[in-house]
Amino acid sequence: MSNETSHVHTSVVSVPHETHDEVHHGHHHETFLTKYVFSQDHKTIAKQFLITGMFWALLGGLFSVIFRLQLGYPDAKFPWMETLLGEWAKGGQLQAEAYYALVTMHGTVLVFFVLTAGLSGTFSNFLIPLQVGARDMASPFLNMLSYWFFFTASIIMLSSLFVQTGPFSGGWTAYPPLSALGEASPGSKVGMDLWLVSMALFVVSSLLGGLNYIATVLNMRTKGMSMTRLPLTIWAFFFTAVLGVLSFPVLFSGFILLIFDRHFGTSFYLSDIYINGQALPNEGGSAILYQHLFWFLGHPEVYIILLPAMGMASEILSVNSRKPIFGYMAMIGSLFAITILAFLVWAHHMFVTGLNPFLGAFFVLLTLLIAVPSAIKVFNWLTTIWRGNIRFTPAMLFALGFVSLFISGGLTGIFLGNSALDIHLHDTYFVIAHFHIVMGVASMFGMFAGIYHWYPKMYGRYLNNTLGYIHFWVTMIGAYLIFWPMHYQGLAGVPRRYYKFDIWESFKHYDGLNKFISIVAIIVFLVQILFIFNFFYSIWKGRKVTTQNPWGANTLEWTTPINPGHGNWAGEIPEVHRWAYDYGKDGKDFIPQTTPVSADESKH
Amino acid sequence: MEKVMSSERTQKMHPHKFTLWIAIGSITMMFAGFTSAYIVKSNQAGWEAVQVPKIFYLSTALIVASSISIFLAQKAMASREMARYRLLISVTAVLGLAFVATQFIGFSELWASKITFKDSVAGSFFYIITGVHALHVVGGIIALVVLFLRAYNTKTKFYSTAPVETAGLYWHFVDLLWIYLFAFFLLVS
Repeated sequence: MSNETSHVHTSVVSVPHETHDEVHHGHHHETFLTKYVFSQDHKTIAKQFLITGMFWALLGGLFSVIFRLQLGYPDAKFPWMETLLGEWAKGGQLQAEAYYALVTMHGTVLVFFVLTAGLSGTFSNFLIPLQVGARDMASPFLNMLSYWFFFTASIIMLSSLFVQTGPFSGGWTAYPPLSALGEASPGSKVGMDLWLVSMALFVVSSLLGGLNYIATVLNMRTKGMSMTRLPLTIWAFFFTAVLGVLSFPVLFSGFILLIFDRHFGTSFYLSDIYINGQALPNEGGSAILYQHLFWFLGHPEVYIILLPAMGMASEILSVNSRKPIFGYMAMIGSLFAITILAFLVWAHHMFVTGLNPFLGAFFVLLTLLIAVPSAIKVFNWLTTIWRGNIRFTPAMLFALGFVSLFISGGLTGIFLGNSALDIHLHDTYFVIAHFHIVMGVASMFGMFAGIYHWYPKMYGRYLNNTLGYIHFWVTMIGAYLIFWPMHYQGLAGVPRRYYKFDIWESFKHYDGLNKFISIVAIIVFLVQILFIFNFFYSIWKGRKVTTQNPWGANTLEWTTPINPGHGNWAGEIPEVHRWAYDYGKDGKDFIPQTTPVSADESKH
Repeated sequence: MEKVMSSERTQKMHPHKFTLWIAIGSITMMFAGFTSAYIVKSNQAGWEAVQVPKIFYLSTALIVASSISIFLAQKAMASREMARYRLLISVTAVLGLAFVATQFIGFSELWASKITFKDSVAGSFFYIITGVHALHVVGGIIALVVLFLRAYNTKTKFYSTAPVETAGLYWHFVDLLWIYLFAFFLLVS
């Protein structure tokens, strides 16, 4: 895998890639459109992913505020809501169908459009070429296509909000029969078709991105950048891409079968369905088949979301502790183990589907095994910061917050991974609390950490620190205040996906708690708007970056100019001589990867 | 710009070919999803397997022949025998189109024998799996047509073997994928 020796193609007339690039870009006149809109520069594409992801995060967050208002104040009327949502909130009260549509859209866009495309699309694109020492991705054109497929998917998903029958409302997992039968609910009509088309385009976008990330990491590293010298960010992005490239196609196959069930009369997922007492002609189908195909992606998706955050947290914790990462090889090994295990645990989402108990036990074992590499990572993060010279930048705080949330959310995963407990907790607020903390908020924290840390490289300016601290503390405290009480609700059997609870005597005493959670959710949402203000304000008015390497980091992106152009380095790509974590070594604060190893240097 | 794009080193493999290898892994997973769903369903009550149309044996022969012809085309390109290369690329494209045509005839036979989407779960699986494979073949034929047009282009000469190597790799893949699917349907039936 080493790139230290050059290699000639087996072909008679060999065309090295750089020459190919020269042909491709060398005489390429950049217009406004090719520079900012249809750009093939990985850095611009990264920013496009980030800003589109931020748009979706804001919208997805707004959806959650609206349905949390319903849960906190089920009988209240909000006239402004009718102004905003029209028929969906007739008389100022959110309608049940609209509630389900908002919950579905919230899940879909946060999982796929924000935490997959927004997170991986942004940072894999931005950091892979910069940190491995490449001019751009293996295929800049496919990279550009990847964004535009995502953008088109976004437009189509957005348009589903405006169709007369409403967007899809059967949950982000799109289980049949709600997703397979147009008659199931208003959202199951055109809304579901738009959802499917949008998701299909999104899958194509993810695949194009993933192919590029893997090819670039394996094939485009600069001289000296062996695999064991890669920053942990790159290892994490690499494994994320592997997960995506191997699991999204299975979901795609599931979607193809779903489209045929919806429109061509097939019976892959439908059987013995009666509507208004009338039997449908479907025979031999099974919704469980869809669940297998869905969760074969659905569970790896958890790690597609988490791994990039893990990688960035590792990097940021090390840089801001001024200490080498503890157990570098163990960190890579645990990322690898998580990647493998992520493919082998999908059926733990299906313990209550009548799964054979023996098979269930097998999936319990594999699920709980993930705790081992996860614990290794947590141990190594804590030992990395242990006795470090910690700089509490906003990025560092968010990275620490990530570790905290990963621990607390991970621990509740042990409950849910046990089939015996899961049968009781399934489809309750305990599940909501668990996955929001470990997957949703933790990954969001990883994303925030990444934005604060690499913003100077992206825009040549700093984000405002004071606003950053406010953003962190309100979000951190708010996240626990929102999701911690939900564990208790879940243990008490409060089911998820319900429109209102005050009609049940058994759940009435949670009214106060539901109000409390809703109020905190609104505050946390408002502070995200503050972050977005900080983000856009700082692009133009933020403090300018004046030094090439403001954080004193070792990785290659900080060897580029403050505002690198397309091609990243003005001259030759630097050669790498060491790993990325030589901090506090031999009395030196940090030693960049480009510094040759001296004869009298100690081993790390 | 020239300096920016100067050559520091060459890669082990052309990036497009490397990316294609990864895409092949990805496409394989999609068909793994389809065929595993087929296996799951085939074990349920009331399952009636589809008899593979006889013409699909001819399909198999055609796609294997096309794989051989593109392999020979690659060799011709490598040794700069351009006339031979043009001929072999054309033969490959024709064989590919013939493959798709025989698939269509096979589908039509099945449909005529009342194996439709609505009447047969096994049939609908069969149509979709082989149909998605045929779509991949069509993608390959488009690549072959581009190579064909470039080979006959008198204004610009193309001597890089990378495009034909990449197209060849893809074509061998769709060939192997068909052999897998064909064997799969025969065995599970």
